[in-house]
Amino acid sequence: MSALEVTLKHEVHVVNDPEATKINPMIDVRKLVKRFGLKTVLRGLDFQVQPGEFVALLGPNGAGKTTFLRILASLSRPNLGQVTIAGHALPGQAAAVRRRLGVVSHLPLLYNDLTAEENLRFFGRMYAVPDLDRRITEVLELVGLAARRRDLVRTFSRGMQQRLAIGRAVLHDPDVMLFDEPHTGLDQDACQMLDGVLREVAARGRTVVMTSHDLARSADLASRFDVLSRGVIIASVQRKEIEPNDLLAFYRQATAGA
Amino acid sequence: MKTASSLSRVQAETPRFTLLRATAAIVWKDLAAELRSRELLSSMLVFALLVILIFNFALELDARTRSTVTAGVLWVTFAFAGTLGLNRSMAVEKDRGCLDGLLLAPVDRSAIYFGKAIGNLMFMLLVEIIVLPLYSVLYNTNLFNPGLLLVIFLGSVGYIAVGTLLATMAVQTRTRDVLLPILLFPLVLPVLISAVRASTGFLGGAPLEEILPALNLLIVYDIIFIAAAFMVFDYIVEE
Repeated sequence: MSALEVTLKHEVHVVNDPEATKINPMIDVRKLVKRFGLKTVLRGLDFQVQPGEFVALLGPNGAGKTTFLRILASLSRPNLGQVTIAGHALPGQAAAVRRRLGVVSHLPLLYNDLTAEENLRFFGRMYAVPDLDRRITEVLELVGLAARRRDLVRTFSRGMQQRLAIGRAVLHDPDVMLFDEPHTGLDQDACQMLDGVLREVAARGRTVVMTSHDLARSADLASRFDVLSRGVIIASVQRKEIEPNDLLAFYRQATAGA
Repeated sequence: MKTASSLSRVQAETPRFTLLRATAAIVWKDLAAELRSRELLSSMLVFALLVILIFNFALELDARTRSTVTAGVLWVTFAFAGTLGLNRSMAVEKDRGCLDGLLLAPVDRSAIYFGKAIGNLMFMLLVEIIVLPLYSVLYNTNLFNPGLLLVIFLGSVGYIAVGTLLATMAVQTRTRDVLLPILLFPLVLPVLISAVRASTGFLGGAPLEEILPALNLLIVYDIIFIAAAFMVFDYIVEE
């Protein structure tokens, strides 16, 4: 199928369309603006995610994906606009948002000189996770690292570190998961193992937003695909509305004029 | 399938308990990691010993001069070694994104400041405990004076209070190794001057009334620096 046919088959939905916005989204972003000095990275971005949705946020380098995710994670303050997650507004109710948020970035956010178990124990204490010993065991089994629980993180491969990073992020059973290019630097086997863990995480009813450059993997995992370019969402399509093989054409079409 | 609202496992706690728990967790984490790697302590210690040795050979010390320069040499050693430790302590957090991991936790960000500051203070005190007897032997001076030990403790608290704050700021820049001493030394100067004066007083056997003004200043600076760092830390770590 040619790109032109894809264009005809799949109309690009602009997310600003009020009819597309449903009631009580888990993530609700309105007119978001973020500037770094004179450079405007996000330009009035609107974005809504319903509970249980898995949204793949696609876009070229420099589109503002990581900046957007850092604002959702309450790590960065927007200049303008409203961000509400699970009914809590940012930045005013940041602590309440963080309780319900799990974040995985391309950096593992783990301590090299602690074991896998010690890393989880530390973050479990920071989140006041009850029955921590049992929860650590559960999480290590979920990410397939139960046998390596007493090994230092510095001895782990990149793929194992990324799986443990997911374990760290789900330790407190968050409602919303943010993944910032989780496949970066992983080989094919590690990517496949990571995808298994991501599916498991999403299958538990969590709302997931994942930025990625990898369209094929996104097509396998996500229930919706949004394209972010030059600081705004320029296109959005549901998985049921598009064949996985057509995602590349959809992406090219969306970013062609941007 | 669980509903969204039933997923979160975070326990409800009073803010004060949350602050204490998170602070204790960060101190435990820093101690556990340092016990394994010993990177921070060993670099601070080696640097401190080198400074003492260099001063020992550089200065032709008779007994009289020795007693007058001791406080200065000690505080130069502690300040330089402390800078090394502060840089390293925050670099560990920044290089692998761990600072973001801390900032994502649903705790008051003051807990991150206090946790890091207490950890840094423990490392600095440990280095001082090792350096003091070596200095006593090398310079043939008795440093085991309770008053001097109190000054060293108070001086270290002030130094670490402002140092932890500035290290958090400097670590987010490309020139962190250079930036920290440039920012830190001018700000921490009042603490160092008070500490040197009080130390000289105790080592020279001066009456307490003469030492008390420097000691009081040291306590006041400690309180001011801790309070200021507590108030501004949140703004420093946010983009």
